[in-house]
Amino acid sequence: MEDLLVIAVGAIFVNNIVLYWFLGLCPFFGVSKKTSTALGMGSAVIFVMTCASAITWPIYTYLLIPFNIEFMRTVTFILVIATFVQLIEMVIRKYKPSLYKALGIFLPLITTNCAIMGVALLNIEKGYSFIGSVVDGFSAGIGFTLALLLMSGIRERLEFANVPRSFQDLPIAFISAALLALAFMAFSGMRL
Amino acid sequence: MKLDELTKGVFKYNPIFYLVLGLCPLLAVSTRVDNALGMSLGVFFVLVSSNVIISLFRHWIPSQVRIPCFIVVIASFVTIVELFMHGYAPELYGRLGIYLPLIVVNCIILGRVEAFASKKPVFDSFLDAIGMSIGFTLGIVGIAVCREVLSTGKIAIFGYTLVPTFTQSPSVMMILPPGAFLTIGVIMALINYRSIRKEGR
Repeated sequence: MEDLLVIAVGAIFVNNIVLYWFLGLCPFFGVSKKTSTALGMGSAVIFVMTCASAITWPIYTYLLIPFNIEFMRTVTFILVIATFVQLIEMVIRKYKPSLYKALGIFLPLITTNCAIMGVALLNIEKGYSFIGSVVDGFSAGIGFTLALLLMSGIRERLEFANVPRSFQDLPIAFISAALLALAFMAFSGMRL
Repeated sequence: MKLDELTKGVFKYNPIFYLVLGLCPLLAVSTRVDNALGMSLGVFFVLVSSNVIISLFRHWIPSQVRIPCFIVVIASFVTIVELFMHGYAPELYGRLGIYLPLIVVNCIILGRVEAFASKKPVFDSFLDAIGMSIGFTLGIVGIAVCREVLSTGKIAIFGYTLVPTFTQSPSVMMILPPGAFLTIGVIMALINYRSIRKEGR
């Protein structure tokens, strides 16, 4: 049990998927202008990341390793993730139209979100068990949402700040992300 | 003008500073100049080969399933790069880590394949891919040079020290994640500053 807690805290704070691993930067800068869209994107990522971890782990362990074709993992993972996202989109659209309205526009974006693929690969590299991978996927999603929410809060305030003209929009967002990452580095002092 | 296809990726539509694509590997790998060079070699190979292949097959790929087709082609080339680097440069392979397979989801490649190679003839796509990879290389190596000089005080490429002791008191922060965001933010602001001044004139 304690191991799972270490994995969760590690993925949310210490090795935050955005601010430590630099994964999922496109949505991090793309949809962090408003808190409401940030929340929608975040929940879509949490959902897909948890499921993707739960799917890719058995495929790697029970399909690729027994046949000695580990080198196929890049091709397999991306195809599985892309198919899965498409499938979810269709299911949600059919059965939960309200949820589709909230998450729908973000789902196609997620296929090329490197954070999903990155977490699937990291689970394999770190040698987690099945439960560990699912917990890691879920917590990495939470970490992503946390970073995205903090960033959107900062950017909403920045709208009213007097930013020099050459720093407007993206450059100042990068500088804010740097300060955010600096703050998150304090977590690496935690002994887990 | 065929040459335009080549040069537009280098300066005018630089994939990093103008299109803001492919940020994830860019920031993660730019800690050292030689990592950055290895990464740009990988991106160069994958981008050029997939652009050419997709452009060759553009009339046969049905548009409904084009994205999965593109992804399969790109992923195959990434696997080739992975195997090659694992065999011939195991140390670099280890340092690039998960960012090497992640070239698959690099938005530069999918973006260029979707926006350019799937519509244009082979030779144009070839030039476009070369221009875009040169633009990417310029961006990533530029950022890596700034970060390595500021964090270690020197630049070492594959064991050879190029710039010895630039500063006596290097800042470790630049090699850590915050340094990456800071560097790209300042570089982008400088580029903006230049274009604003140009407009004013």
